[in-house]
Amino acid sequence: MSTSTATGDARTAAAKGVARRRVMWASSRTYISAIVIVVWCLLPFYWMVVTAFRDVGYTFDPTPFFTHVTWDNFATAFSSEMGNHLDRALLNSLFISGVTTAVALLFGVFAAYALARLNFRGKFMVLGVVLGASMFPGVAIVTPLFQLFTNINWTGTYQALIIPNISFVLPLTVYTLTSFFREMPWELEEAARIDGCTAGEAFRKVIMPLAAPAVFTTAILAFIAAWNEYLIASILSNDATQTVTVAIASFAGSQPHQEPYTAVMAAGTVVTIPLVVLVLIFQRKIVAGLTAGAVK
Amino acid sequence: MVRKMSKMYLPLAAIAAAAMALSACGGGSGGGGGGDASGDAGANLDGRGPITYVQGKDNSNVVRPLLDKWNAAHPDEKVTFKEQSDNADQQHDDLVKNFQAKNVDYDVASVDVIWTAEFAARGWLQPLKDKMAVSTEGMLPATVKTGTYNEVLYTLPQTSDGGILYYRKDLVPTPPKTWEEMMGMCSIAKDKGIDCYAGQFAQYEGLTVNVAEAINTQGGEIIGKDGKPTVNSADAKVGLGNLVTAYKNGNIPKQALTYQEEQGRQSFEAGKLLFLRNWPYVYNLAKTDGSSTVKDTFGIAPLPGKDGPGASSLGGHNMGVSVYSKNKATAKDFLAFMTSPESQKFYATQGSLAPVLGDLYDDAELVKQLPYLPVLKTSIENAVPRPVTPFYPAVTQAIQQNSFAALQGSKTVDQALTDMEAAISTAVSK
Amino acid sequence: MSTHLDPAVKSSKTPGSKEVGADRKEKTQGRLAAMLITPTMVVLAIVIAYPVVNAIIMSLQQDEGLDPVTGTFVAGGFAGFANYIHWIFQQCTGPGGTTVSCPPGTLGAQFWSATGVTFFFTVITVFFETILGFWMALIMARAFRGRSVLRAAVLVPWAIPTAVTAKLWFFIFAFDGIANTLFHTSILWTGSEGPARAAIIIADIWKTTPFMALLILAGLQMIPGDIYEAAKVDGASTWQRFRMITLPLVKPALMVAILFRVLDALRMYDLPAIMTGGANGTTTLSILVVNQIRIGFNSAAALSTITFLIIFIVAFIFVRFLGANAVESASGEAKGKQK
Repeated sequence: MSTSTATGDARTAAAKGVARRRVMWASSRTYISAIVIVVWCLLPFYWMVVTAFRDVGYTFDPTPFFTHVTWDNFATAFSSEMGNHLDRALLNSLFISGVTTAVALLFGVFAAYALARLNFRGKFMVLGVVLGASMFPGVAIVTPLFQLFTNINWTGTYQALIIPNISFVLPLTVYTLTSFFREMPWELEEAARIDGCTAGEAFRKVIMPLAAPAVFTTAILAFIAAWNEYLIASILSNDATQTVTVAIASFAGSQPHQEPYTAVMAAGTVVTIPLVVLVLIFQRKIVAGLTAGAVK
Repeated sequence: MVRKMSKMYLPLAAIAAAAMALSACGGGSGGGGGGDASGDAGANLDGRGPITYVQGKDNSNVVRPLLDKWNAAHPDEKVTFKEQSDNADQQHDDLVKNFQAKNVDYDVASVDVIWTAEFAARGWLQPLKDKMAVSTEGMLPATVKTGTYNEVLYTLPQTSDGGILYYRKDLVPTPPKTWEEMMGMCSIAKDKGIDCYAGQFAQYEGLTVNVAEAINTQGGEIIGKDGKPTVNSADAKVGLGNLVTAYKNGNIPKQALTYQEEQGRQSFEAGKLLFLRNWPYVYNLAKTDGSSTVKDTFGIAPLPGKDGPGASSLGGHNMGVSVYSKNKATAKDFLAFMTSPESQKFYATQGSLAPVLGDLYDDAELVKQLPYLPVLKTSIENAVPRPVTPFYPAVTQAIQQNSFAALQGSKTVDQALTDMEAAISTAVSK
Repeated sequence: MSTHLDPAVKSSKTPGSKEVGADRKEKTQGRLAAMLITPTMVVLAIVIAYPVVNAIIMSLQQDEGLDPVTGTFVAGGFAGFANYIHWIFQQCTGPGGTTVSCPPGTLGAQFWSATGVTFFFTVITVFFETILGFWMALIMARAFRGRSVLRAAVLVPWAIPTAVTAKLWFFIFAFDGIANTLFHTSILWTGSEGPARAAIIIADIWKTTPFMALLILAGLQMIPGDIYEAAKVDGASTWQRFRMITLPLVKPALMVAILFRVLDALRMYDLPAIMTGGANGTTTLSILVVNQIRIGFNSAAALSTITFLIIFIVAFIFVRFLGANAVESASGEAKGKQK
């Protein structure tokens, strides 16, 4: 955005020169900042990848470059012979996080619309209850939940993993969406309704496209939160419904007491990269289409 | 207005009411009380049929082949394997949750040696007596002690583990027999510019293991026969004092305060440590690890003691039968099968898991494959189990926190033991 | 040009053609709101309300005691608020049922220190995460070649499962680990209080700043570009534009981000549990809860409830006095209606 206005401002050639230098400076500052951020975010990840590719016999070697490179750790991570079912766990996590995100977004959009747009009594209470759900120590929820789900024979089922996940991401979803919806130009929706749209149509056709960046960000956050959920999954999943976090936590060394660092790092690499790629593809294909020009 | 409100929150109210009702019948107290549990202990003793065996991660594929063998021989009493995480705390919590929920599918469980008393006192484990009696003949006595609570056997020893001393035989020709002797040899380490001794001194369960060894070796005791703490004694003072003095004068390097098993192994394999207290698993790795610089220059010995071998703490696992199991007769047979000499040998050869049967330690074929067995036998024969108490989780916290403070120097040894005794005493007076 | 103006051009019918009575309007809105909110409430009720009600009931029971004759645990009976008093006044039961001040090495002796540690971690991490997150978001919002690389990189720390992250940092901060090797230091990262806390804080900031950045970025993207254009034409400086436009407009998103980070940080568990196990002054309230669950469920339930209350108070203060926008004005509206 800085480029277009800076040039627009400039009236004379001299001013143009100054402006150009300013733009150069601004953009090189942007690049420097970007590089610093990228390095900060990726350096520990780099070390994780180095470890993931390192021979297990050199687990503790602190050489900061790729040495003793091997694919063995990845083989270990996927080795069903050693009881590591990372492939199945990836599918489970994908399914569970996907459903969680979809349902949480749907419910969240409903609730946020009501909270941001409608007048009704007890709004503060609803917001309080929703927020309250993020206040109880997660570790204390597990035991009673386990008993509840055992009573209704749900342990090990997908719904037993999905429903708690939805409740964990809902508070954030509702709050983010509410705060964004409140900023929406709702007069447009009114206008659309006067044009003959139903309330649902007006919302879908006018408001949703505008809210896309917010909804998408919320979706990423919800998806990753669900993807990373461990506590509930570790207690309520079984072999068939195990998620990646549980699968990784169950890795073991070839000997008792031996920590399977290298295999854990390999698995960490395997589950992180597709996630990031997935998010980027989504971002490109869907959001770019919906919000073209919004940030330029 | 009021009507609208009530309509809107009607579903909520209904759910809240349902929640109350459920929590009322779900046994809000959490731990299955002793009362109804003892009723279960008499039930299903003749039950036969399929059962589930629960164990932490099967590191080196030992359990599955054994189960295949059992299942082939018992088509009507098949055993299903439920594999838990590799983390002991998580295994513990998973068992607790399932016992609390009276899960009939957790028939037989592999429990860490320190959990027997807790699970037994909660009424979750079937006493292995009368109809359920299983043979402990030939098992090393210390291992049987870990499975015994109030004079009754609740869990059957399955695998064992004991501490042994790794030393650099290129620098120390004969290993030290006593703690003093070992401290005397630390000058050798100093001359070579390496560290002298390390065990597991980070604040976690490993510290309890090491402190218990130090105290027991000097004749001290943490909890007496009556379940009351006896740790504030002269012997215990010497034991903990040995560690604290060694830490202060540098014989134990300062970074050892961050060591769990793996960090100590790393240091030893890198040739930076003269003596290391660790479990037998280090043996194979130090011989084969690419980064190991001590492949041919290390030896093993029993832990140094007061005037002979030291008193190792015991690791390993026992097997217990859930009182909620429907097929206890099958479970009992399965226990016998898993602790038979053939199965025990398979544990050792396939998974480097130490047997609980004393004879196997002298088996020439096994010793050839696992050269540390004779040393380990001495270790386990002189071992003292960590305190057998239903309050173990609180007791180990008391030991860890106070001894760690003593090592750091923020507390004197006297103060640490006084606090330890007081903390254990509040823990066990519930 | 931002997109949000485009559809507006289409319609300009006379407003108010479907005039409705205010009361009827509110009634229909109320019914619609109830319908829209019910799914959220049902899910939260199943998963959160049940355990919370359960915990509160449990917290009023004594922990099971050991029957000295049989050596088995028996139910402890009604306790009133004894479990709460135990934590808040750090009182333990000594030998013979006497009440003593909890000795060092018991969990009861750690309640206030754990509360302090939890707040310490929360304040420091959220502070740095907000600043760094804002900065990252501002950079990410700029249009430049290679922006997608930046966005991908920022996602990485957040996308790695927490348990793996904690293991990674534990490994990095080992004495013979990469951190000491790289910087030629020999710091006992997990062996004494200051470095142990620093290690956990660094790991937490690394892991969760992207969360902040993404939320703030979404807030920035909602700001129509033409506002900036107008401000520039008026001659506002960069700083003025930031203070007068960016900050107020991004405030709702920022506040939600901070609020949820605070709530999460107050329940911090994984990082300290794996990196230090709570040693060296890093025991947070959640670690205390987990350790207590292994010792006595009912005291643990009381501790969970206390933790819940502490977090509730913090959230309340936050919402009331610092203005987490979503709640603030929404509640204002609701109140207006009631009067």
